[in-house]
Amino acid sequence: MVASPQLAQDAPVVDHPSGAKIVEQIKAADVREIVALPDIVTSDGLLWPISRDPDFRLTRICKEDEGVSICGAMSYNGTRAVLMMQQTGLMDSLNAIRAIGIDYELPIVMMVGLQGKEPHVHPDQSASYGVRIIRPVLDAMQISHSLIEEPEDTDHVSGAISAAYAASRPHIFLIGRAPEAQ
Amino acid sequence: MTLYRDQALKALIPHINDRDIVVAVYQSCFDWLQLNPRDLNYVAVGAMGQASSHGLGLALANPDRRVIVLDGDGSLLMNLGSLVTIANSGVTNLYHFLSANRVYEVNGAHPLPGADQVDFEGFARSAGYARAQSFYELDRFTDDLPGILSAPGPQFVCMEVTAGEAFPRDYAYIHSAKARQTFRDALSRG
Repeated sequence: MVASPQLAQDAPVVDHPSGAKIVEQIKAADVREIVALPDIVTSDGLLWPISRDPDFRLTRICKEDEGVSICGAMSYNGTRAVLMMQQTGLMDSLNAIRAIGIDYELPIVMMVGLQGKEPHVHPDQSASYGVRIIRPVLDAMQISHSLIEEPEDTDHVSGAISAAYAASRPHIFLIGRAPEAQ
Repeated sequence: MTLYRDQALKALIPHINDRDIVVAVYQSCFDWLQLNPRDLNYVAVGAMGQASSHGLGLALANPDRRVIVLDGDGSLLMNLGSLVTIANSGVTNLYHFLSANRVYEVNGAHPLPGADQVDFEGFARSAGYARAQSFYELDRFTDDLPGILSAPGPQFVCMEVTAGEAFPRDYAYIHSAKARQTFRDALSRG
């Protein structure tokens, strides 16, 4: 958990991405394995719907770095997976991602909720230290990442997952606004 | 009443079939690579503590194969939650063997925290493994192995070991692209 900045009352109202469209994109990328620790940003719009979707097998984990290893090991026979967590868990998993994703060149695909980010603000400009360091940290580690904030940002999910598996490299989707279930 | 690790691993070898995946870490890995080199040895766990989680990923993705994890006690202490994750996952093809020598053997043989008290068998049992048991001597371990490996998993076996013969620590191989590709190729051969 990270400290969440208070939103100003006159903060702009913004559109949120569709969880259903993200799920559609995940399925289009032939992913049927979801490995997850709950995250409040993605809970209602993604993880709960996924948990009820018979097309997916959901493996609930106790700590995020478990998921890096589970997904990496699955990939050896071509099994595709998406690993879901909050950015605090991402920070806690950096050594596993470094070793398994980068050193071992395995396709770890993650969806990371940016808990505490102001919906109308770019992550790099967030008042939350725990949020605004995420992209620079990933850049320093040379890990591919992309943002899911606007409704149209969901369109690239399937392609980015497939590209990660084709290149056998990690990709991290940073989810900066809570997806709506529909 | 002493169980030497190399003797325990040698006892395990006849029970490993051609399709089994063996995930091994640290000194157990170095020993196993010398005692039973095979293409389906999975050695690239990357980060300390992660063997059980790699084993779970392999078990989930390869339900028609047995996955045998040769874990270390210091390693497992770093990832105790994985016991719960494994038990809750529903896999029945995972066999978790723990070499419990109560020290960080490859990092200077410093004692584990709580070395004299930690009950690994109890951890696995309370996490929900199908069965958890401990072994202190070779004969009973050897006699019980066929039953353990034919029972539905997840099975947990705590081998209370002392170091046996010292095998060379080939870190370059376990982190190599060759090791990963050898495993991947073997898996794809069916």
